[in-house]
Amino acid sequence: MSLVQGAHPQTTQPAEGARAALLAWPEFNKPAVWLVAVILLIMPFIASGFFLIEIFATTLILGTIALSLMFLAGYGGMVSLMQLTIAGFAAYMVAVFGMSANTNISLGWPWWLATPMALVLATAFGTLGGALAVRTEGIYTIMITLAIGAAFYYFTNQNWAIFGGHTGINTIATPKFWGVDWRSDIPYYYVTLGVAAFCYFAVQYVSRAPFGLALQGVRDNPRRMAALGFNVNAHRVAAYAFASFIAALGGVLQVWNYRQISPGSVSVGACIDILIIAVVGGITRPIGPFIGAFIFVILRTFALDLLVKFGLDGNRFRLLIGLGFLAIVFWSSDGVIGLWERWRRRATATDKRPGGGHGHG
Amino acid sequence: MTRFIERHPAWALILLIAVAVMLWLILAVWPPGLEEAIGRKRVFLNAVFNGITLGSLYFLVASGFTLIFGLMRNVNLAHGSLYLFGGYIGYAISVWTGSWVLGFIIAFVGVALVGVVLQIVVFRRMEGEDLRQTMVTIGLSIVFADLMLWAFGGDFYQIQTPSWLVGPIELPLVTAVKSSGEAVYLRYPMVRLVIFVAAVVIGIAMWLALNRTRVGMMVRAGVDDRDMLAATGVPIQLVFVAVFALGAGLAGIAGVVGGTFQSISPGEDTRFLLASLVVVIVGGMGSIPGAALGAVIIGLAEQLGSVYIPTYAIVVTFLIMVLVLALRPQGLLARR
Repeated sequence: MSLVQGAHPQTTQPAEGARAALLAWPEFNKPAVWLVAVILLIMPFIASGFFLIEIFATTLILGTIALSLMFLAGYGGMVSLMQLTIAGFAAYMVAVFGMSANTNISLGWPWWLATPMALVLATAFGTLGGALAVRTEGIYTIMITLAIGAAFYYFTNQNWAIFGGHTGINTIATPKFWGVDWRSDIPYYYVTLGVAAFCYFAVQYVSRAPFGLALQGVRDNPRRMAALGFNVNAHRVAAYAFASFIAALGGVLQVWNYRQISPGSVSVGACIDILIIAVVGGITRPIGPFIGAFIFVILRTFALDLLVKFGLDGNRFRLLIGLGFLAIVFWSSDGVIGLWERWRRRATATDKRPGGGHGHG
Repeated sequence: MTRFIERHPAWALILLIAVAVMLWLILAVWPPGLEEAIGRKRVFLNAVFNGITLGSLYFLVASGFTLIFGLMRNVNLAHGSLYLFGGYIGYAISVWTGSWVLGFIIAFVGVALVGVVLQIVVFRRMEGEDLRQTMVTIGLSIVFADLMLWAFGGDFYQIQTPSWLVGPIELPLVTAVKSSGEAVYLRYPMVRLVIFVAAVVIGIAMWLALNRTRVGMMVRAGVDDRDMLAATGVPIQLVFVAVFALGAGLAGIAGVVGGTFQSISPGEDTRFLLASLVVVIVGGMGSIPGAALGAVIIGLAEQLGSVYIPTYAIVVTFLIMVLVLALRPQGLLARR
């Protein structure tokens, strides 16, 4: 561990404390970031209930789940297709331990007991799946995690005793306390915003903490890290545990949003949607999944109207998503963020050239 | 074989006992106590036969998958779509011409051509970038699934079984003995047995082609070291295209076979993709005998599971995968 810390410039003087904090969080230096934060905070005053929940809250939830994949893929080099499965597992656990219309399945625990239970179990589930996936390397991870996700989907379809078969579990109770119904639009929006922000900063923080740096070392050169004395597999499994917790948070939010959970929510297609979201947004930075989720949700909501307007079949939404995903994979390995950065670099390069600058982007 | 016994005597013994028990269960007339404990022998035999025939279908799908993976390191997640596409072609042709065999052949050729186009247009451009190729196959599977939904709708289709294969056949296996002392023999659908035989023939043909021909030698060399093979002057791109075409074509004919003794509908692509994933993880990635072994194990587990523990059948399949990953992460028959 000392090697990793030694490679990092240490700013311990108290006077420089504030500047060091800014250095650690470079986002705070940019005005655009503050603007986005303010817009997100005052969103309930701008957007109506439909936009607030169907677009923005959904974006934040999907973004959070995709963030867990971004963490694994971007910092750990492990593309896991089971992140939605972990979220779905957490959602099922909320339904099983909490209150719902299926009284023969739900245990009827209060939300403050059921939710932590769901989080713990889903994290354990994801960690176990991760421990399995790290038995092999690289490309095999996709296969194994996809197999886990698909197996979970078929299992929820078959199993009536715990998972309610293919109809799933309906009318799940959502938390109400301090005189607030936390599922009514505005409080719920702030809950999702809070959780998404927490996860975003947690990933940001971990990526710069010694653990995150070691994980990135493991991603780049596992043999060298092993030679340096790092336990490669332990780092990977720990990364799965952390990502599972984030995915589980997203899953809990999702089940509170729809108030029901069925195998359709954990289908293989939905698992792949999370990958699409993360890849389209860009898997090198934590903000990527949220951008990807926003694009995805906008497309999903408005593609039908748009396609009909162009005289095409409105049901071809998935075709549009698939083609868009293919285009991104073909032309930008870093998603929309990569395209944006490339465009900006080109713009600055052409700006500098007339002034006789060197054009080093 | 002998080396395996020398190295792992305990495992060999366990395997031997398992095979002996299985053979006894299949061949012997069950004593009444056993029938009371786990049900009629006919049910068991049917489950075993269904498992093996399902396994042969899985083998057809998974062998193409594992062949493509072994040579090109390309995890083709659009393989399920190729399966479904083959099924739809087979259905359309057999309805149009009334000939099952023609549908079978055209499905092979058509899907193989799709494979050729994919390899030349898409995968050649991103050689060596495993992850990106896999992502592309995911995108392709979404696009294919939606195009096929567009063209064929969400209905179930079943391909008409050719008339010479309809009907059951009596097998020399006793399921029970009547009180009069007369033995009752197992009756089993002819078409499933033919599919099993066909899968065995295809498997042996593939093994021969890989191990006894010049092209097969190139493919095996490519699996071991792609760069070295290219350096010796072998037209490796041609080998890639041929292998991709063969793998895709196998998925295509598997689609026709699956459409004949089950049915084809949207969603089957995912089911068979999962099946091939689990089969090659269990059997060993890139190994044809591994695919055969894995397919039979998974097919048997699925059918026996759905007969004896209906709501947890998928868990059995999954547990087998977990067990293999825990004990032998590279798969049962993989060399590395």
